[in-house]
Amino acid sequence: MLKIKDLVVAYGGIEALKGISLEVNENKIITLVGANGAGKSTTLRSIVGLVKPKQGSIEFEGKNLLSIQTKDLVRMGITLVPEGRRVFANLTVLENLKLGAFYRKDEKEIKKDMDWVYELFPRLKERTWQTAGTLSGGEQQMLAIGRALMSKPKLLMMDEPSLGLAPIIVKELFEIIKGIHKQGVTILLIEQNANAALHIADQGYIMETGRITLTGTGRELLVNEDVKKAYLGESVHK
Amino acid sequence: MKNKKNIYTLISIALVILFLLLANSFFDSYQIRILNLCAIYVVLGLSMNLINGFTGLFSLGHAGFMAVGAYTTAILTMPIAAKEANYFMTPLVSPLNNMVWPFLPALIMGGLLSAVAAFIIGAPALRLKGDYLAIATLGFGEIIRILITNAQSLTNGALGLKSIPNTTNIWWSFGIAAATTVIMILLINSSYGRAFKAIREDEIAAENMGINLFKHKMLAFVIGAFFAGIGGGLLGNLLGTVDPNMFKFTLTFNILFVIVLGGMGSITGTIISAFIVTISMEVLRFLDAPINLGFITIPGITGMRMVVYSLLLIIVIIYFRQGLMGTREFSWDSVIALIKKAPFKKGGAK
Repeated sequence: MLKIKDLVVAYGGIEALKGISLEVNENKIITLVGANGAGKSTTLRSIVGLVKPKQGSIEFEGKNLLSIQTKDLVRMGITLVPEGRRVFANLTVLENLKLGAFYRKDEKEIKKDMDWVYELFPRLKERTWQTAGTLSGGEQQMLAIGRALMSKPKLLMMDEPSLGLAPIIVKELFEIIKGIHKQGVTILLIEQNANAALHIADQGYIMETGRITLTGTGRELLVNEDVKKAYLGESVHK
Repeated sequence: MKNKKNIYTLISIALVILFLLLANSFFDSYQIRILNLCAIYVVLGLSMNLINGFTGLFSLGHAGFMAVGAYTTAILTMPIAAKEANYFMTPLVSPLNNMVWPFLPALIMGGLLSAVAAFIIGAPALRLKGDYLAIATLGFGEIIRILITNAQSLTNGALGLKSIPNTTNIWWSFGIAAATTVIMILLINSSYGRAFKAIREDEIAAENMGINLFKHKMLAFVIGAFFAGIGGGLLGNLLGTVDPNMFKFTLTFNILFVIVLGGMGSITGTIISAFIVTISMEVLRFLDAPINLGFITIPGITGMRMVVYSLLLIIVIIYFRQGLMGTREFSWDSVIALIKKAPFKKGGAK
């Protein structure tokens, strides 16, 4: 579905990505794990066109993404849940969700998706008329995901959804991500929380300083000695 | 319930019309002039609020747009004899010198030309953000003023225009203020309005939702300028005279004060504060006259009013940063809630 080949991105003279290749297959959960500065967010930013790569190619369903503007991506079925949620703080929950469906014109389908989002996140339904800025961090993350789902994405990309959330909320959130995946949405998940991410992933990529150093299924990576040392802590999976 | 609200709305509209009718026949011309100014400030405030409050573009070019509208309307509506009298240094270029339009088409033309000016300035300037946009638009406003000062054969230059027909009356100004309000409400509640607000809140997230940033910014800018042009046209034909010095930065600043006081992003707030600001500007005039405080007599200092006015502005910005309304709007529900709450306050325990 999404194919990245030999992607090199440089900020000034510094190469943030030194030629990475990865593939996202349809109906899978793919996760990209790495420490700060590994280049995870840069990868996402180049997919959505916020940074221009120096070389390499990004293809989505056979189409070259590099020539497509950010605002048109959502029409192709790619939606990003940005890092730090970025909900529209002074707008109500309902307005936020409606904005998610901004490019769509099929009122009936929109209504259906709205009901689906409310079913996934009942908390949002209780707070329809509240402004997004007054929600808690976890609720804002739910809203950001709900808003992204309103655009009916084929590929949903999430940039560190667990950032700054309590462990119990993270657990809940990952259950919901699994639920969304069951509805046929392909997911590209970027995480520092390697343990949680690898548990739900079909395929995982480990990134270090601009390169992909390891790939494998989520299970394989979870038991991999190097991954354990670097990301999970030795004692987690004894 | 919905029916009841519609009835309330109809009653309020009727009351406003009744008030205007009474005002028109019983107020003196000074008071009527102030009422007219209030309504014009509503138009100007709403147009600036669309750009600055709803779309979050910090633009300070409003005086320039108003100048375009005011001059266009004035030149198009002036009788031929008045044109000859005005342009005694350099005659007005043809075909404008033999052309007299009715007021409404002239106003709309003023708005359209102002919108065209906004389009031309917006194409490069709207790529800028925040303070940089403010500086660019401020510069644009000054450019317009200098152009007007120097285009002698078109605008009569620094001499300005006199004996413009005083077409603007209460019905024109309040009619157009009402029309502007309705159009703004419809626009803000449409999907365009949601896109404007999304851009104000977070550009990156908005773009991810598929919103074309440039197109929507331009749309808000052009529509805002259109109504600023109309407001300028109303103002010119109310005062009967326009000259380049009217459209200095301070004029933009007055409108900015209206929307800051009312609340950036609130139509209700803008309307309320347009009245408050315009009327208080007049009420505070007593400060310019000598004041006898009993123990001390302050001699009349012209400009004292502006000092107090500026102090009020500072107080507003320090203590009421959200303005009167914040981003909230008027609704009958909140009024009813307010009325219902009042008896409990008086009655005490409940």
